[in-house]
Formats: sequence, structure tokens, C-alpha cells
Amino acid sequence: MDASAIAPDVLAAEASSSVERPLARVPLVLNQRNFAWLTERIAGVVEGPAPRWWWVAFAVCAGVAGIGLFCLGYQISTGVGTWGLNHPVGWAWDITNFVFWIGIGHAGTLISAILFLLRQKWRTSINRAAEAMTLFAVICAAIFPGVHVGRVWMAWFMAPLPNNYGIWPNFRSPLLWDVFAVSTYFTVSVLFWYTGLIPDLATLRDRATSKVKKFLFGLFAVGWRGSNRNWRHYEMAYLLLAGLSTPLVLSVHSVVSFDFATSIIPTWHTTIFPPYFVAGAIFGGFAMVLTLMIPARAIFKLHDIITPQHVDKMAKIILLTGSIVSYAYAMEFFIAWYSGNQYERFAFWNRVFGPYWWYWWVGMLFCNAMSPQLFWFKWCRRNVYVVYFVCMCVNAGMWFERFIIIVGGLHRDFIPSSWGMFHPTWVDIWTFVGTFGIFMSLFLLFIRFLPMIAMSEVKIVLPEADAHHVSPGERHVVAAGGGTGT
Amino acid sequence: MRTPAGNKVYAMAAEFPSASALYEAAKRVRDAGFKRWDVYSPFPIHGMDGAMGLGKSWLSAAVLVGGVTGLLTAMILEFGPSWFIYPLIVHGKPFTWRTVPAFFPIMFELTILFAAFAAFFSMLLMNGLPRWNHPVFNWQRFARATNDGFFLVIEARDPRFTELEARELLEGSGGQHITIIHDED
Repeated sequence: MDASAIAPDVLAAEASSSVERPLARVPLVLNQRNFAWLTERIAGVVEGPAPRWWWVAFAVCAGVAGIGLFCLGYQISTGVGTWGLNHPVGWAWDITNFVFWIGIGHAGTLISAILFLLRQKWRTSINRAAEAMTLFAVICAAIFPGVHVGRVWMAWFMAPLPNNYGIWPNFRSPLLWDVFAVSTYFTVSVLFWYTGLIPDLATLRDRATSKVKKFLFGLFAVGWRGSNRNWRHYEMAYLLLAGLSTPLVLSVHSVVSFDFATSIIPTWHTTIFPPYFVAGAIFGGFAMVLTLMIPARAIFKLHDIITPQHVDKMAKIILLTGSIVSYAYAMEFFIAWYSGNQYERFAFWNRVFGPYWWYWWVGMLFCNAMSPQLFWFKWCRRNVYVVYFVCMCVNAGMWFERFIIIVGGLHRDFIPSSWGMFHPTWVDIWTFVGTFGIFMSLFLLFIRFLPMIAMSEVKIVLPEADAHHVSPGERHVVAAGGGTGT
Repeated sequence: MRTPAGNKVYAMAAEFPSASALYEAAKRVRDAGFKRWDVYSPFPIHGMDGAMGLGKSWLSAAVLVGGVTGLLTAMILEFGPSWFIYPLIVHGKPFTWRTVPAFFPIMFELTILFAAFAAFFSMLLMNGLPRWNHPVFNWQRFARATNDGFFLVIEARDPRFTELEARELLEGSGGQHITIIHDED
């Protein structure tokens, strides 16, 4: 495949088409890059020596992760009393962090599954990293419900295992649904991610120079050789995994919201929760995808693969989901008033003017509802600094939102005599900070050892991947019969 | 059939300059009546299944079986203990047919879980993976099949295979670097 032979003609076609056809599609990979360039650029990140910044960043993140693990160890060995939990606030940062992290994971599955089913070809540039982010976010999320039970060595009670106590999980409890939903979500995400990785691992295997790398990439590439008889089953499996992941991802945050919605706490006991939570999850998740991909794109010079068009489209999804979330916020207030229920009305009044007032004004109103509205303007969607600012607002805002829902609902419920406040301890704070260390450490390891962009998928969106594409100067021997079933 | 070096011949292979050239060549090989042959590309080429005369992948059937198995597993797992082995009354809620919807989420999750496992493992199984090695890797140029190379390989065990005919067909289809790939032994 000779790039220089293709480039001038495609360039000319591009130039003329932009004049004649104002609605011509902007190419997904810029500068007429060819297959070999994509392989070289993406695999090159993994094959080259680790840059110095990587070691520094990894050391810092691993250090923070270490603090988090120390806090977890301290909490497990001492007890949940090391957290600031009390009566009435029995769930606070632990569950806030759980919902925050699991929500972030949802964007990865949306990109890999839902956008695949919708034939959004631009997803190919970002799906691998977004799916990796999903896995790491779910790992961080799973820590919190795991340890907040207190006696983690009793966690096996959550599994339906016959035992001599005659105790069996209550299958009608949303908390058990959550155990099944999150573990299924993680498992299916791993399968989907690994299925997508197999062809790229084969690329790394075929390029590997050292024996150890050849063996390891060879082992995990399971002998993949790009045969079309294999691609046929592979594509069907990929399609079906996308089809299975789509209802799954929508179900996971719905089930998370059931943890709240099936209770009787004011502000929790609402039917709007499942769609509201799912939209919020995708909203927060896309912000995190951009938070990771904008620096990664700049550092590894991937601007031809993750183009302004990609950022623009993700910004539009943030705008859409952010607006759905804002609508849900407004609807909650309306229903609180319309229901005539005094506890519900008070809880929402308390949300805005109570002791946690600034969480609402800053987190929910400014960060979540207002800041994404900048994305109505194309200039804002094309300016990475504005995009990054909004993403940071959304990252913070979505954490605040979960805190307001959880603690805001609990701290002043029905009887004023049982009201209270929540104050985090250092263990609360550093466990949460520590999960960022875990998340970032895992992500840094990922970009170091695995191709962060799905090479075999990005190649499909190049024009010359089409079976009917004719490069200039290329002569085809065309079969008489023609293709069938295409 | 043996190569000059004494190895068994695995196949006759050619490289093609582009996805579209490979697509056209595949149609010719299909029309020539070969059965044991394959094309190799760094990404799936849309329409290649038709050009090779392959039908729909029936991996979907395995996934259906997986999903149904998951659903039945969840039903047995939930209803068996809840109704018969450990009937646990929580919140004073009895077990009647009215409470069945509360069992749906776990049925749904296990349906998805088993179907996803079925999709993944039947993909490997139907592709004959994992495997340690394959004769095509004996060809040096083949390393580009996962980068930017497009290859067509006609196996020697195809009943129609003769060295001459395979070579002529590949040459006539625009194949380059036509070569014999030898087997392991």
C-alpha cells in the first residue's frame, strides 16, 4: 500500500467535493493517513520506551493509590467507624463514590455498544480507551459497596451459596440486584473489550521484536491471523456483544437507582430515577472520557485519529445528556410541589436552602445544568480549553449530585429530632482520593502496554478499506460473476 | 506434494495491493470452484463474505442458547430456594405469583451474562482458536496481514488444487509475491 500514490488524488477529490458538496462528510482520519501509518503510530506508543513523564505520572498515581489502599486496610481492620457515618446518615461518601465511579463507566459501554449499533463510525477512534476506562471505573466502584458492609470477610453472604446458617440472599432486594448487575456488567465489559483487543494484540505480536513480547502478545492474541473465515464469526460475536451490552448498560444504572427508588426516603422514592440516573451516568462518563483523551491525544500526537470532529460529537452528547439531567432536576422540584407531600416539599427546599445549599448551587446548578449549555456554540465545542473546563465542571458536579441525593435525602428525613449532619473523616477523604490513584494508575498501565486506539477498527473507516474503492493507478481484474450477498 | 526443501506444501498464496483487489480476487477464486481457501486482511472487509461465497455466521444460534440457559439458570436459582429450600419472608412479603416481577432483574442479568459468554467462547470455538501456530505464519510477508497486507491463500488439500492452476488463478487475479507456503513437517 503506497500512501504517496493515493494522497494527491484523494486530496484533490476532497478539495473539489468541499466546493461542490457543502454537506460532504469530513473524513474521520485526517491527512489521508494509510493503514501502515495507523499501525505505526498506535503500536509505536506501546513499543517505544516509556517516556520520562510516564514514570513520574505513574509514580504519583501509584503513590496516591497506595494511600487509598492503606485507608482501606485501616478501615477494614478497624471498622466502618473510621468513616464519618452516623445516624441518620448511614450512607455517605462510600455510596456517593460507588455511584460516581459506576456512572463514569457507562460512557465506555455507550461508545462501544450503543454507538456501534447506531453505526456511528467515529466511535472507533475512542472506543478502546473508553472501554478500558469503564473497566477501571467499575473496579474503583466495586471497592465501596465491598468494604462498606463492614465485615468484608462476610461478603460471601451476597452470593447464593448454601450454608449451615440457613441464610439465603433475598432475591427481591435491589441491593442483591445490584450485586448481579455490577458483576455482570464488569464481566461482559471485560469480554467485549478483550474481543476487540484480539486483532490488535495480533498486530503487536507480529511486530514484536523481543521473544518475551512475542510470547505474551502471541498468547493473548490466541493465534489470530485476520482470516476472513474468522472475521465472519468475529463480527457476529462483536455485534451480538454490542447488542447484549446495550440493554445491560441501561439496566446497571437503573438497578443502582433502584437502591434508592425502592426506599421511602423523601427525594429517593421517585419513579424518575432510572432514566435520570442513566442519563447522568453517560453525562459524567463522557466528561471523563474527554478528560483522559484530550491530554492523551496531545501527548501521543493522535490529532489525525481523534479529530476536532470527535471532540465536537462528544461535546454534543454531553450537552444532550446534561440537558436531560437538568430536565430531571427541574421535574423533581415540580413533582415535589405538585405531590403536595410535605416531606418531599421540605426535602427539596432543604436541598436548595438547607445546610448543604452550596453543593446544590455549585454542583448541580452551575456544574451540571449550566456549564454544558456552552456546548450549544460551535466555538466552545471546538476549543479544547473550554471543553476541558466543562468536563472538569461535570466531573465535579456529578460527584456533588450523588452526594446531594444520598446525604441530602438522609440527613433530614421525617422527624426533626432525628436530623443530623455528615462530616467526612480523613479516611473518607483519602479513600476517595486513593481511588483516583487506582484509576489513573490502571489507565497509565493500559496506555503503556496495550494499544489505546482500536487499530483494526479505525482502519475500517479509511476510504481504501472499502471493497469497491479504487486507488489511482490501480488496475483491477474484475470477476465476471460479481459479488453476491453483499 | 513437497517443496524443494522437502516440506509438505500447505498452500499457494499471493499478496494483493488493496482491499478492493483482494475482494475482486476472492470472487474469482470462488467462481473457480475452490472450497479450502481463505483471505487475510488487517480488518474485516465489508462484503467479503459474499465474495467468498460464505453465508451468515450461525454464532447467533449459540448466543440464543446461552441466553436461554442463563434465563433458566436464574429461574431455578431464584425460585428453587425462595419457594422451597429457604423460604425467607422479608418485610412480610409472601411468595406468590404477584411477587414474580421482583425476580426479573436477576433473570435479566444472568440471561445477558450467559449469552455474552456464549458469544465469546463460540467465537473462539468456531474459529478454531486459540492455537499456537499456523502454517501461514511460515511465510515471512504474512506478518503484514495484521498491519496493511491483503493475502489470499488456496490450500493444497482443496480437491481442485494443482500448483499450476492455483498459480495461474492468483496471477490472473492480480496477485503479487505468489509463493508456496510449506507446512510444519
